[in-house]
Amino acid sequence: MIDLSLVSDGGIGWLDASGPESHLVLSTRVRLARNLAGRPFPVRSAESDREDILASVRDATGTATILGPATLVRLDRLARLDRQLLHERHLVSKELAVPDADTTPRSGSAVLLGGPLGVMVNEEDHLRVQGLYSGLALEAAWGGVGTLDAELAQRLAFAFHPEFGYLTSCPTNVGTGLRASVLIHLPGLVLTKEINKVLQSLVQVGLTFRGLYGEGSEVVGNFFQLSNQTTLGKSESELLDHLAKIVRQVIGYEEQARQVLLRDAPGVIEDKVWRAYGLLRYARSLSFEETMNLLSGVRLGVGLGLIPDVGMYTLNKALVFTQPAHLSAMAGTELAEDELPVRRADFVRRTLEL
Amino acid sequence: MSDEKVLCDQCGEREVAVRVTHVVDGEAREVKLCDRCAAERGIQTSTTVSQTPLGGFLHALWKTADPGPADAAGTGPCPGCGATFADFRESGRLGCAECYVTFEGQLRILIRRYHGSTHHHGRRHIGPADTGQPPDDLARGLREQLRIAVSAENFELAAELRDRLKELER
Repeated sequence: MIDLSLVSDGGIGWLDASGPESHLVLSTRVRLARNLAGRPFPVRSAESDREDILASVRDATGTATILGPATLVRLDRLARLDRQLLHERHLVSKELAVPDADTTPRSGSAVLLGGPLGVMVNEEDHLRVQGLYSGLALEAAWGGVGTLDAELAQRLAFAFHPEFGYLTSCPTNVGTGLRASVLIHLPGLVLTKEINKVLQSLVQVGLTFRGLYGEGSEVVGNFFQLSNQTTLGKSESELLDHLAKIVRQVIGYEEQARQVLLRDAPGVIEDKVWRAYGLLRYARSLSFEETMNLLSGVRLGVGLGLIPDVGMYTLNKALVFTQPAHLSAMAGTELAEDELPVRRADFVRRTLEL
Repeated sequence: MSDEKVLCDQCGEREVAVRVTHVVDGEAREVKLCDRCAAERGIQTSTTVSQTPLGGFLHALWKTADPGPADAAGTGPCPGCGATFADFRESGRLGCAECYVTFEGQLRILIRRYHGSTHHHGRRHIGPADTGQPPDDLARGLREQLRIAVSAENFELAAELRDRLKELER
């Protein structure tokens, strides 16, 4: 099995709840899509092209001081379970790691990991320069990713068009190539049924929302990923400032909704969050979806000060480590589908006992 | 208000979706535009915003793929990678940087429709000073950027790239 202890923070630094607004915002991700000039994009490239690209990127990252000593993981040479583990840990996209159940990633697919920063290689674009940080940390994430991009640009010739900007495989990413996402927990807005209004207004101001695992993923556990929809026509800082401003507004709405719940239905809320805690604390079998929803309830209880003594880090860790590849990794063997609910309940119980 | 449809000031064919007020010589003038003409001027209307970026983008693509001067049928495959516009329509992905030159006409409309603009305002890239790439690769990359810069009539950038190439070849 893959040893993630080789990565400087084990690839879980973003879970430690140390960032700003960690009671509501789990993580902030910023990524830049880049391609090397003079080479077809990965979907149309030959195996030799992709190997050359990987070699060039690896050399360039070797001298990138902000990345530090990075760990190279070749996804095309990794077992499916290990690839899934990296995806569950939000370190690589689904497309790069587990395109679908029976397909192995295209040759040359790799990720370079160094603390919160990393580079996915030969995904949809040659490079996806990315950073994943705890809490609402758009400035810190852009600081890291922007610096890494600038360092790589000293060594690599990127495909760039004077009018359209950085060229990408999908024209929805052209221009800055920047996508910034904030993973935020909004149970108050869901319970007060205000969430649809908020989501609709996000779309009107040029943002988009997705589930826990990005594009195409469903919303589970009341977690929403808010991100910029367009990448061209505005500078990186304009895109980031706009997202930050709107996220702050959404945080304000969520906090208002929570106050409304406490004012109008304190008994119901208190019962709901403690029931969630009770189930997680004592259940002997839990599905992933049920776990996500119960963790959402407990997280709300902690946020409202109703449940003491449970840390956000514990709850964040439970979100990631209750997924199939993580449970298998902890068991040291690939678990069958019907073994997962029992193992999951065991893990949650042990985690909450601490 | 009358129920009669108000038609677009620009095309005179489609129903108005947006009203834009310009101030010209201190005088306010209102221009009424349909979705399509608004998008072509880089103005986003509520109906051009979609929840699923790629789905919305491809939807816009079908709408612009009507026969007409900008139709892709007359454009051959991209000399850079061999991809056709039909490949792009099917996959939503372009094959290489040169596709942006080959299919520029169609892409310009789509990009404006999706992003509300075609002009990049972010950081700019003009190639590395000191490179880890083999010199041949770098020269190939710079030549491609030069070709793109010339086709986009950005002669300032083209001159800079030409100087870089000369330096490299020296």
